[in-house]
Amino acid sequence: MSVKQFRPAFDRGFHNLTFGLSMFVLLLLVAILAFLVMGSIPVLQNQGLSFFISSDWNPVTDVYGALPAIIQTLITAIIALLIGVPVSFGIAIFLTELSPAWIARPVGMAIELLAAIPSIIYGMWGLFVFAPTFGAALQRWTMANLAPIPVIGPLFASPPMGIGIFTASIILAIMIVPFISAMMRDVFTTVPAVLKESAYGLGCTRWEVVYRIVLPYCRAGTVGAVMLGLGRALGETMAVTFVIGNSHRLSASIMGPGATISSSIANEFVEADSKLHTSALVTLGLTLFVITFIVLAVARLFLLRLKKQAGH
Amino acid sequence: MYMRRRLVSMFHMTMAHLVTALGVAMLAWILWSLFGEGFSAVSLKLFTEMTPPPGSDGGLLNAIVGSLMMVGIATLLGIPVGLFVGTYLAEYGRYAKISALVRFINDILLSAPSILIGLFVYELVVVPMGHFSGYAGAIALAVIALPVVVRTSEDMLLLVPDSLREAAAALGIPRWRVILQVSYRAAGPGLLTGALLAVARISGETAPLLFTSLNNQFWSANMNQPMANLPVVIFNFAMSPYDDWRSLAWAGALLITLAVLGLTIAARTLLAAKSRMKG
Repeated sequence: MSVKQFRPAFDRGFHNLTFGLSMFVLLLLVAILAFLVMGSIPVLQNQGLSFFISSDWNPVTDVYGALPAIIQTLITAIIALLIGVPVSFGIAIFLTELSPAWIARPVGMAIELLAAIPSIIYGMWGLFVFAPTFGAALQRWTMANLAPIPVIGPLFASPPMGIGIFTASIILAIMIVPFISAMMRDVFTTVPAVLKESAYGLGCTRWEVVYRIVLPYCRAGTVGAVMLGLGRALGETMAVTFVIGNSHRLSASIMGPGATISSSIANEFVEADSKLHTSALVTLGLTLFVITFIVLAVARLFLLRLKKQAGH
Repeated sequence: MYMRRRLVSMFHMTMAHLVTALGVAMLAWILWSLFGEGFSAVSLKLFTEMTPPPGSDGGLLNAIVGSLMMVGIATLLGIPVGLFVGTYLAEYGRYAKISALVRFINDILLSAPSILIGLFVYELVVVPMGHFSGYAGAIALAVIALPVVVRTSEDMLLLVPDSLREAAAALGIPRWRVILQVSYRAAGPGLLTGALLAVARISGETAPLLFTSLNNQFWSANMNQPMANLPVVIFNFAMSPYDDWRSLAWAGALLITLAVLGLTIAARTLLAAKSRMKG
């Protein structure tokens, strides 16, 4: 075989190699789903759909109800967003509209470093540093002042242990802020200067420019960033496991201990010695995957729209 | 009326300053606690002795070595595969329909909760093998590193101007050599950045290791056995009621954070240097 014939063969080989490995990525997702579904079968056969609507989780009697974990996963993620999104928005505004470049660079870097810190560090810090401070200061106050109020009072009624659903939400908020604000910043920088200048020329204040020009222009990207943050908050494991208190009970109080899907898996999986218990945890995992899949798909949809808009 | 609008604006802009200060303060507070608690526990013993039973002296040697071995193998598995997938997306299949699907799936994998990767590898590797092992841990980490590398390497290769590729192709150089010698070389610092970010990402991952490599109280360089690693040791020791275990956990946390932040900063600097070069 001459060198000339060899060359195209090698080129095809390299092409096929990269193509094959790309298909491997698709296969990976299918495999993850397939293994999670397979692992879920025992508990779903045993308990059927009551798995999702019952709130009784008891490994001793082999009865599993996932409702508290599912609800508390959603609650912690939503509270984290309620705290984190306005803060991220403020940081993104600061970085793109307010600060001179020499401050924006190091501050932007600091925020990005915050995103790089492993979640187990947040968990440890939350448990040993943040929770005691939080329990002693804010929780004591809410218990004394908010808990006696009718209707919303029970939300805050819990001994000030420091750990609990609300603490987990705050730690989650701290974790997703750098993530969301970095993406918002990138989106905000795509706004053409001409648009902003003309608004200023009409006499708009800074806030009006941000609220009426920047935000509408970046709506798709902002929603995408928030959804990606939500996806992250839903699946976060270690930080939550440290501070949420691990209790499979539905309580009215957001200050009390709880458990999310991922914290239940992290805490119980290795110790699960019955087949049903393992399967129940895998089914929880599958549920989490379905929830985050939907959230991420929506986020991608919005970000895709942004890309189209940018490219016209 | 105008005054009111100005006041509203000033209020919001002040809030923007405040929350930014809050964000930076949080980073400072976390690092402050880490250094404060971690430094006192750092000593030579940390790097020369095994994880101790409660109540006695010890270090983190087996966990450090275990972490290095697992991250190393995960890097060797995940980075070449990720690089080639990124190559397909940017070079051969840039406009192919299938590439859009691969990109979408890769983004899903990129943001999928890492504990699910742990469950997956548990069912895939640990159950058939019948025991936890360092290999299982490394595979879980590789699965997490893969989408990071795919994403960054595609992005970096797309930054290489097509005129470079065309110039090389015009000289009659076959496609694979154009990719290897022109695209890869031009995108070199960017590709390295992606690899560093992937390593940084997996060095701190805990959830997927909890039920793949598990942990090992003793020295073991056998990848076929349960293997100690820093994140899981930190988790177990921090959750324990023993003071000396907790201080070791802080020392481990400091080590990991320094490693991860170091890698991240190196990656960013590399990227900044590259963009300066391009002018």
